[in-house]
Amino acid sequence: MSVSVRIPTILRTYTGGAAEVKAEGATLSAVIADLEANYAGIGGRILDDGGKLRRFVNVYVNEDDVRFADGLETSTPDGAGVSIIPAVAGGC
Amino acid sequence: MRREGLAIMAVTAVKSVTSTVAPEAFGPAVALSCRECGARTPLAPDFACTECFGPLEVAYDLPTGDPEALRARIQAGPANIWRYAPLLPVAADVAEHPSLSPGWTKLVKAENLARELGITGSLYVKDDSGNPTHSFKDRVVAIAVEAARTFGFTTLSCSSTGNLAGAVAAAAARTGLRSCVFIPYDLEQAKVVMASVYGGEVVGIQGSYDDVNRFCSELIGDPAGEGWGFTNVNLRPYYGEGSKTLAYEICEQLGWRLPDQLVIPIASGSQLTKIDKGLKELIALGLVEDKPYKIFGAQAEGCSPVSTAFKAGHDVVRPQKPNTIAKSLAIGNPADGPYVLDICRRTGGAVEDVNDEQVVDAIQLLARTEGIFAETAGGVTVGVLQKLIKNGLLDPTAETVLLNTGDGLKTLDAVVPTTGLSATIRPTLDAFREAGLG
Repeated sequence: MSVSVRIPTILRTYTGGAAEVKAEGATLSAVIADLEANYAGIGGRILDDGGKLRRFVNVYVNEDDVRFADGLETSTPDGAGVSIIPAVAGGC
Repeated sequence: MRREGLAIMAVTAVKSVTSTVAPEAFGPAVALSCRECGARTPLAPDFACTECFGPLEVAYDLPTGDPEALRARIQAGPANIWRYAPLLPVAADVAEHPSLSPGWTKLVKAENLARELGITGSLYVKDDSGNPTHSFKDRVVAIAVEAARTFGFTTLSCSSTGNLAGAVAAAAARTGLRSCVFIPYDLEQAKVVMASVYGGEVVGIQGSYDDVNRFCSELIGDPAGEGWGFTNVNLRPYYGEGSKTLAYEICEQLGWRLPDQLVIPIASGSQLTKIDKGLKELIALGLVEDKPYKIFGAQAEGCSPVSTAFKAGHDVVRPQKPNTIAKSLAIGNPADGPYVLDICRRTGGAVEDVNDEQVVDAIQLLARTEGIFAETAGGVTVGVLQKLIKNGLLDPTAETVLLNTGDGLKTLDAVVPTTGLSATIRPTLDAFREAGLG
C-alpha cells in the first residue's frame, strides 16, 4: 500500500525539505513506522512517548480526521493522501 | 497585595534566542515559548513547536517597576487597545501606525438582566459589538497586523467563521495590505457582506470551519502561501495576545480590580485562555489586587466538545462535527480546548452549553432587558449564564462579567422567526385603538 504523505513545514527538516513523501503501510500506524524507517526521528515528533498521536497533531487520511475514524488503526488504502497538520491553528 | 505571580511573567531574554527582526518592533516581547514543553524560539511567524507541535505563545519581559506609574501611563494613553502597548507584543509608538484603533468598549452595568436572572450581585456586560467591525476580532487582528507588517507580509489572510474575515479585510484596507480570507461557503449573508465590502478577496470553502482551517494550514506550507500572514495560523501567537486587552479593560473599567466571575464564549478557546493570561499579568504587575476569580466557558450544544470534556472529567477534547446556529463558535476541534479545561478547573469555574432554542431566547432576553442586540455567540453566553445560575454553579450574589463578542445584526437569521411587526394597521387613530395598541 503506497500513500502520499504531506509533511508540515516544521517536520521538513526530517525529509530534506520535501513537502510530500511516499510511504508504505495498510494503516496509519504502519505508515508512521515506515516514515520513521526512512526519516529517522520523525515518528517521535508525531507520536508521544506512549505511542499515541500527540494531542496537538491532526492527521487526515484523505478528507477524514483520523480521530473521527480509527485513530492510528485507520486504514490507508493504496493511493490515499495522508496530511499531518499542527492542531493549534484557527479560532478566536 | 500579593506579587507571587511575577516569577511567571518576568521573563529574562534568552541569550540563545536571536530574533530575526528589530527587537523594538515587539516591545516587551522577547521570544515565543511552547505552552506544552517550554521550548523557546525567536520571535518569528511560527505557531507550532518544532519539538512537540504544542502551541507557541509570546513570552515577555514586562515592566516590573512602580505599578502606580504604569497605571498612570496606561490611563494617559489613547481610548483604545494601544493604551496597553507596554503589555503587548507591539512597538511603543504603535498608536501612530495606521489601524482601526479597536477596543475601550463599554462595560455596561446590566441591572435589568440581573434582576430578571435573580442575580443580586453586580452584573456587567462587556459589549464588544462596539468595535469597528462589530466584534472583538478587531482587537486580535490589530496585533496580528503589526506582526504582519514587521515580518514583511504583503497579504493578510485568515480562516474564519465570519467575524474574523470582516475584521481582517477592514484592517487590511486601512493599512494598505492585500487581503484574501477563507470562510465556510454557507455562512450568514451579513458576515459574507461584512467580509467582502472592504474590497479584498473572500473565498468560500466547501466544508466546515475545521475544513477551512485545515486548508489554510496546508496553504502556509505551500509556495502559493508565501508572503501571506494568516492572522490565526502563522501569526496566531501575536494575534491571540489581543484578547488580553479584554481582561485589561474589564479590570480598569471596574476601577483596577478583578471581577469575581467571568462568563466567556468558547470557539477555539483562545480568547478565554488569553483573558486568564491578562488577569494573571495584572496581578503579577501589581496593577490589581490579587483575589480568587472564577472563569466559566460557554458553548452551543451543537458544538460542545469542551463542555462535553469538562462534564466527563476528561483533560483532552474529542472533536465534534458542529451543528448549531452559533456559527461563530462552531469549531469542532478547538485548538485551546485542553487549556480551557485547565483554567476553568483551576479557578473553580465550569463549562456549560445551551441548545439553539435557548440561544435565541437569550438573545432576546439581553435585547429586551438591556438594549443590547448580541449575535448568536452572545446568546450562548447569556443562555449559559442562566443555566449556571439554575444549576448552582455560578454565585448570583457575586460580581459577574459577561462577554458579548459580536453584533446581532450579523446573525439576523437567528431571530427573524421570532421577531417582526407587532401589527399592521391603516394610518388612522381608530385602527390604532382597534389593534389594542393604545
